[in-house]
Amino acid sequence: MTDGRPDPDKLLERVQRDEARARRGRLKIFFGACAGVGKTFAMLSEAREVRAQGTDVVVGIVETHRRIETEALLEGLEVLPRRTTEYRGAQLFELDVDGAIARRPALILVDELAHTNAPGSRHAKRWQDVDEILSAGIDVYTTVNVQHVESLNDVVGQITGIRVFETVPDKVFDEADEIELVDLPPDDLLQRLKDGKVYLEAQAERAAGHFFRKGNLIALRELALRRTADRVDAQAREYREDAAIKKVWQLKERLLVAVGPGPDSEAVVRAGRRLADNLRADWTAVYVETPALQRLPEAERARILKSLRLAQELGAKTATLSSPDVVTTLLGYAQEYNAGKIVLGRSRRHPLVQFATGSFSARLGAANAGIDLVLVGGSERRAAPTTPNEDRPSSSTPLRDYLLAGAALAVATLIAVPLRGVIQLTNIAMLYLVAVVVVAVRSGRVPAVVASIVGVAVFDFFCVPPYLTFSVSDTEYLLTFAVMLAVALTIAQLTSGMRYQARVASLRERRAAALYEMSRDLSAALTAQQTVEIALTHVQRVFEAPAAVLLPSADEHMLMPRGSNDPGELRDVDLSIAQWVLDHEQTAGLGTGTLAGTKIHYVPLRAPMRVRGVLALAPRNERLIFVPEQQRLLGTFATQIAIALERVHFVEVAQDTQVAIASERLRNSLLASISHDLRTPLTVLTGAASSLMDPEERLPATAKRELAETIYEEALQMSDLTDNVLDMARLESGTVHLNRQWHSLDDVVGVVLTRTRRRLGARPIEVDLSGAPPLVWLDGVLIGQVLTNLLDNAVKHAPGDTPISIAATSADGLTVSVADRGPGLAPGEQERVFEKFYRARVESATGGAGLGLSICRAVVDAHGGRIWAENRSGGGARFAFSLPQPPAPQAPPDDDAEAPR
Amino acid sequence: MNAPRPRVLLIEDEPQIRRFLRTVLPTEGFDLHEAESGRQGLVEIGVRRPDVVILDLGLPDMNGVDVVRELRDWSQVPVIVLSARADERDKIAALDAGADDYVTKPFAMGELLARLRVALRHAERTPDGAERFEAGHLSVDLRTRRVTLSGREIHLTPIEYRLLTTLVKHAGRVLTHRQLLKEVWGPSHVEDSHYVRIYIAQLRRKLEDDPTQPRHLLTEAGVGYRLAAE
Repeated sequence: MTDGRPDPDKLLERVQRDEARARRGRLKIFFGACAGVGKTFAMLSEAREVRAQGTDVVVGIVETHRRIETEALLEGLEVLPRRTTEYRGAQLFELDVDGAIARRPALILVDELAHTNAPGSRHAKRWQDVDEILSAGIDVYTTVNVQHVESLNDVVGQITGIRVFETVPDKVFDEADEIELVDLPPDDLLQRLKDGKVYLEAQAERAAGHFFRKGNLIALRELALRRTADRVDAQAREYREDAAIKKVWQLKERLLVAVGPGPDSEAVVRAGRRLADNLRADWTAVYVETPALQRLPEAERARILKSLRLAQELGAKTATLSSPDVVTTLLGYAQEYNAGKIVLGRSRRHPLVQFATGSFSARLGAANAGIDLVLVGGSERRAAPTTPNEDRPSSSTPLRDYLLAGAALAVATLIAVPLRGVIQLTNIAMLYLVAVVVVAVRSGRVPAVVASIVGVAVFDFFCVPPYLTFSVSDTEYLLTFAVMLAVALTIAQLTSGMRYQARVASLRERRAAALYEMSRDLSAALTAQQTVEIALTHVQRVFEAPAAVLLPSADEHMLMPRGSNDPGELRDVDLSIAQWVLDHEQTAGLGTGTLAGTKIHYVPLRAPMRVRGVLALAPRNERLIFVPEQQRLLGTFATQIAIALERVHFVEVAQDTQVAIASERLRNSLLASISHDLRTPLTVLTGAASSLMDPEERLPATAKRELAETIYEEALQMSDLTDNVLDMARLESGTVHLNRQWHSLDDVVGVVLTRTRRRLGARPIEVDLSGAPPLVWLDGVLIGQVLTNLLDNAVKHAPGDTPISIAATSADGLTVSVADRGPGLAPGEQERVFEKFYRARVESATGGAGLGLSICRAVVDAHGGRIWAENRSGGGARFAFSLPQPPAPQAPPDDDAEAPR
Repeated sequence: MNAPRPRVLLIEDEPQIRRFLRTVLPTEGFDLHEAESGRQGLVEIGVRRPDVVILDLGLPDMNGVDVVRELRDWSQVPVIVLSARADERDKIAALDAGADDYVTKPFAMGELLARLRVALRHAERTPDGAERFEAGHLSVDLRTRRVTLSGREIHLTPIEYRLLTTLVKHAGRVLTHRQLLKEVWGPSHVEDSHYVRIYIAQLRRKLEDDPTQPRHLLTEAGVGYRLAAE
């Protein structure tokens, strides 16, 4: 589009997106500092008012806790039946999401947004249910307590000493259309508590005494007020921004949150979120995986994963970087992404260690160039060192590593002992350093460190006089030992780091290569089926999980996997989940917030125009899918597959259009041709017949006869034309079945000559069929038609007195040719004459729809033969066709001896 | 007008074609009766006892082939089939089922009249009545089993002779490949259509001046052969 007009597709997409947003229901949250402030009461009161104004209000789920005032408010409101689930013998009642959407009220009341659903529900959390209801275009009223807001969760926990596990992501809170703070001064609340007007859950009751202290209540109230104020502030600012000139370049601040393996990493993430909120900055949670961190036990690695996921939930981008040098990597990343602040947890290392190595924050501070560091947490010191490496991700067993270390040192010693005294002692030390390098390369850091220390000892024992004791004759050797140890340790560290780097690099390269390979293969796919098969092959290999691609049918319903023959393909996918994923364009199943109970992870295949299908995976190793890096890779895979599917789809659309254009063109030329070729004879027919109808009988008998002959001939020509058009249509539609039999070519040609005798007139015809086999295998009627059309064609183009010759040979089975002495074919015409509606001279007087030769081609093609045109030497055109011939049949028995007398 | 005019029953649903034949056939000496459907046609045949039937294959109520089959259970009246190009297969099926001849639409009046005359002539003749066939220079004497061309005797093999006599018995009428094969080679050879073609070619070489443009042994493309009667 060069004319500057907006792309209509993009416009449509935008309109649809705006519509989708407009269709989404509005969420109003009744927000309170703690239980008992009267949120439910406020919600119900307002709902009644709204209902009085004529809005269709339904109670989805409301806990009255049998408080009389609250129950009174429920009176007269329609209450949706709850969904009952059986869990370990107990009946649990949950919000019926499908029921709510089916009932389709204008407004639905859903109490306790932070509630966790019973296991086996579609969503783990009630806020996800509410999200789905909102997506369906239904407004929702709900209630939230301040301690349930994700980012405030641990702050509240620190204040009150009680942690709750039911949280609502800040995103939900922030994106709510309206927040109404339900406020009650602490004294009033305490009074209500005394009056028994506050319901407490059984497990909370024990802690209630502690929780409902005035100090706590004041703090909670302050938190709630502030959180609400923040929102109001944001709204005001947004309004101002909206009102201001739009195109002001704003450099948005970015915040990095460094996620580590410590127990307080979640707290760091939450703090990062609060800070980002206050600064109105984008934020990214970064985890730098070092060799040391890679050796952590699985539990700690899982915690890192959890922190990163929490960060994602809180609205952060996440990144996992691999490098042995955390400081440089982190700073590099910060600079690359223009982040001005790095949030990190306070170091939990022992102060002595910190003093020796410099704390992480100190090293970061020393190295950084103008980046602010924000230290948070650090209140809890690690109580005990976490369990040592239970499952080192090392391929070889430690024992083998240490045997290797021993062997390397033994070899070094065997070489060293004969050389001692011959060469310098310091050079002998080099041999041990070589051994350490070997161990570091082969076995990693720890064996190399052990080898360094043992190496120094062995060197002392065998090579330093006095031999075979650890005592040293010269104190100068102590310096040698120190230097040797330092060098060995450094080598061990560096070498194992390099080893790790190489592994990381190769991993990364594998990912890139996998992606590249799939893209390359997908680009060659021509059909959706091929795309699916290629996608499955690659996904299954890279993620080591049986997978399936589900495509929607034309009416947007999920179809079973396109049965590829791949035995690894996932069979037991749940179509209803896949349908949900397709409709909501969100991931579901294992490892997600939706229907997490299944073993299969469902990913929507989102292409630029729309969702093209669903990818289902049943991972054997969850880490291979849920590590952020792999998640991103999976996302990229899904996008690639979706784009490939979309491309194939548009190729099909384009092909359909091509076919439509071609048939349109065909129809047009057919109409043009028929209207010409029918109108001429029709004019003659009408004119001649009307002359014959003359009531006064003035026409002489000869004129009458001539007119009758004209009518007859024109009618026959029309009949031929109609036959040709019908034949073409039948041949094209494939309804013609060849009726091949053994014929004598003489016979076929004879029929044709009889049929065309009138048209041939006095023109000399030379027939030579002596070269043909006695019996030929063909459809006599159709090949007769071919010959008739070829003869007609020759008659049309060659002057009236020139001969036409028909000849046959047994070349290529059977070859028959019809040759004339006409003007011949123009260059480049050889192929085009067989096209439909092609005519040598447009609107020529020779007539015919230009179908004759294309019918010939269709018939000959149906016989598996070949037809072609060429110019004859000496002038004129030759049309020939060849038909493959099977072995001739057995001749019929005859006995010439028994001749009749 | 001593001889009774032959009665023709036309079974045809197209009014234009009925109108056209209604105009022409009476002036050519035929009494024409009409039926618009196959069912009505069968009743008319039973009631009016026509001398010859012209049957259109594309009828609205029943297949023309079925009309022929049903008819042949109780009547030997000659049937001439009117067929369009699209009912190639039906045409052959109708002939095999007992129809006597066919005319393809569009047809010239002369062609239809010739077929009608041949059909009437055959119907008059009692079986085995004819002993001699003559057309142009060709003559076949069934009694003496002699075949002559311009007075010169032609030597034929037994199969050639049997094929020729089969055609002679139905001279002027079309015989399908199937009918010829059944008559000459027996019911077990009805699919071996190349037998007929080979022997027709042999006969033409012996009996025709120019085998590629025969005058006696005519090919009916896709259907069978006809021995020209005049």
